[in-house]
Amino acid sequence: MQEKTFTITSSDGVHARPATVLVQKAGNFESDINLHYKEKAVNLKSIMGIMSLGIPSGAEVKITAQGNDEEEAIQQLQETMKNEGLGE
Amino acid sequence: MSHIKGIAASSGIAIAKVYRLEAPDLSYNKNNVDVPEDEVKRLHEALDISKSELEKIKAHTKKSLGDEHAEIFSAHLLVLSDPELIQPIEDKIKSENVNAEAALDETANMFIDMFKNMDNEYMRERAADIQDVTKRVMAHLLGVTFPDPALINEEVVIVADDLTPSDTAQLNKQYVKGFTTDIGGRTSHSAIMARSLEIPAVVGTKEITSKAEKDETIIVDGIDGDVIVNPSEEELESYQQKMNDFEKQKQEWAKLKDEPTVTADGTHVELAANIGTPDDVEGVLNNGGEGVGLYRTEFLYMGKSQLPTEEEQFGAYKSVLEQMGDKPVVVRTLDIGGDKELDYLDLPKELNPFLGFRAIRLCLERDDIFRTQLRALLRASVHGNLKIMFPMIATLEEFREAKNMLDEEKLKLKEAGHDISDDIEVGIMVEIPATAMIARQFAKEVDFFSIGTNDLIQYTMAADRMNERVSYLYQPYNPAILNLINNVIEAAHAEEKWAGMCGEMAGDAIAIPILLGLGLDEFSMSATSILPARTQLKDLSREEMASYKDTLLSMGTADEVVAFIKEKTNQ
Repeated sequence: MQEKTFTITSSDGVHARPATVLVQKAGNFESDINLHYKEKAVNLKSIMGIMSLGIPSGAEVKITAQGNDEEEAIQQLQETMKNEGLGE
Repeated sequence: MSHIKGIAASSGIAIAKVYRLEAPDLSYNKNNVDVPEDEVKRLHEALDISKSELEKIKAHTKKSLGDEHAEIFSAHLLVLSDPELIQPIEDKIKSENVNAEAALDETANMFIDMFKNMDNEYMRERAADIQDVTKRVMAHLLGVTFPDPALINEEVVIVADDLTPSDTAQLNKQYVKGFTTDIGGRTSHSAIMARSLEIPAVVGTKEITSKAEKDETIIVDGIDGDVIVNPSEEELESYQQKMNDFEKQKQEWAKLKDEPTVTADGTHVELAANIGTPDDVEGVLNNGGEGVGLYRTEFLYMGKSQLPTEEEQFGAYKSVLEQMGDKPVVVRTLDIGGDKELDYLDLPKELNPFLGFRAIRLCLERDDIFRTQLRALLRASVHGNLKIMFPMIATLEEFREAKNMLDEEKLKLKEAGHDISDDIEVGIMVEIPATAMIARQFAKEVDFFSIGTNDLIQYTMAADRMNERVSYLYQPYNPAILNLINNVIEAAHAEEKWAGMCGEMAGDAIAIPILLGLGLDEFSMSATSILPARTQLKDLSREEMASYKDTLLSMGTADEVVAFIKEKTNQ
């Protein structure tokens, strides 16, 4: 399993367009990908799951990936987080 | 034949056959099934067809309206691929042995309720998205036709209760000549889309769906807000004429798009536009606006659960400034409070909101909110030609205090290494009679005035503009108002400053000649009024209008003023 922790830098937290892009990206991988925030973990391939967390700016989140393409998944998701101004 | 009155939402005339856009009957029976696997298969077939339709609509929208409008369909597509939605539906079919319709409806409703109850408007809007897409899937499960306006291939006028975002996005201008709805207002989503597509529309008719049948001939007059079903020969002819005249007029106006606004005797005045969001700038440029005379920043604060951040504001201001290039952009600082409420500020209810704690009064007390906005503006200043305007200024002290805060923030930002423009003009909106009375004193300290007539009229006449019983007192041409306006313009010019106007009056055909004669420098109005105003100004002589100044200012009533102007300008 691969994992990576991020601090959300986007002033609006995780919602709207950047969340859509992140979920689209996650959908490209075979691995099971989850996003962990506080005590909860949701499927990063689920737009409704991500948005239901209501992650604010400054929050610490962890993305985990398990499967054949886990390494590439984490690496590309990290890029997406950065490019979309979500977090680093 | 029936005549129906509605709200003119997008100008122009459309004459064509009625196309009724109705919601399909999506009622279903909840059944027990023997082979749940078949139901899962049906579910996936319905999902696949829905997805391919949405892909088509998305591509169509992208082409006709651009990426921004198409984005909503990316979100819709993600909902249909969402494992957290699809898996529970499958589980329900299998564990409860129910048909796909029941499993879809019950599962989707659970999510819709969840999102609807969130305390965040963005989330509540997502509830509408889920509803929108599950309806499509449901229609395919039931085998009923889901109306897709994108498939229309003959000239029609759409008649509907209301149009959803996905309906409007599918409209093909080649075939859809106009539309009319039962509900909606000038600022509802469908009306805004109609204007950006430039299709005539009349909304809020209350009853058009009960008056117009499929294939009947219908006229939609988006100029005056009339709808006629089954018109007579004479009516058809006269509307055909009105349509041709409108087209001709539009072509005439369009010729002036890139021309400066010059009067018959060679005076240049500036025609600017009033905007509310960065998206409005496109319309300003398409209509030949020479600047933005009023950027209402309230929209950044409204429809949210918390104050907009400095970054968010910076992004919006920068976008407007960059799009306008070197053309001037007058940004009005926050004008909230009174009748414009923000739930999250928790302001107490007031007896006389228009005379209460609002605009600059609120900003000077809540300077945390005000300073955030000022910082965002100052940082954006290097991206264009920014001018800052304070609303509802009643005393010189208020102006000085606001200006002082601006200077303090500027210094702090500079010390922190930010680039800030050194030529930001700082002015005030003149909407309180007290300020108009001593405009001469203000003119020594401000860089410009912009007269806000909507409020100036209600304060001067002591008549609430929301109260219909005193609406006769809302008199823009009353000599009292004209004298105040004159006082402001003269005061500005005595100090070599400029005076503009950003109320409804600035785009009014009767007021334009008067204001030209009084020496107004800048007229700010809705974008679509700019070209008609430029056309009118081209034929007016400033010198002639100025010669009527003393006569107009000494008249007794508004009616005398109107009659005089109509006679002198052949209106």
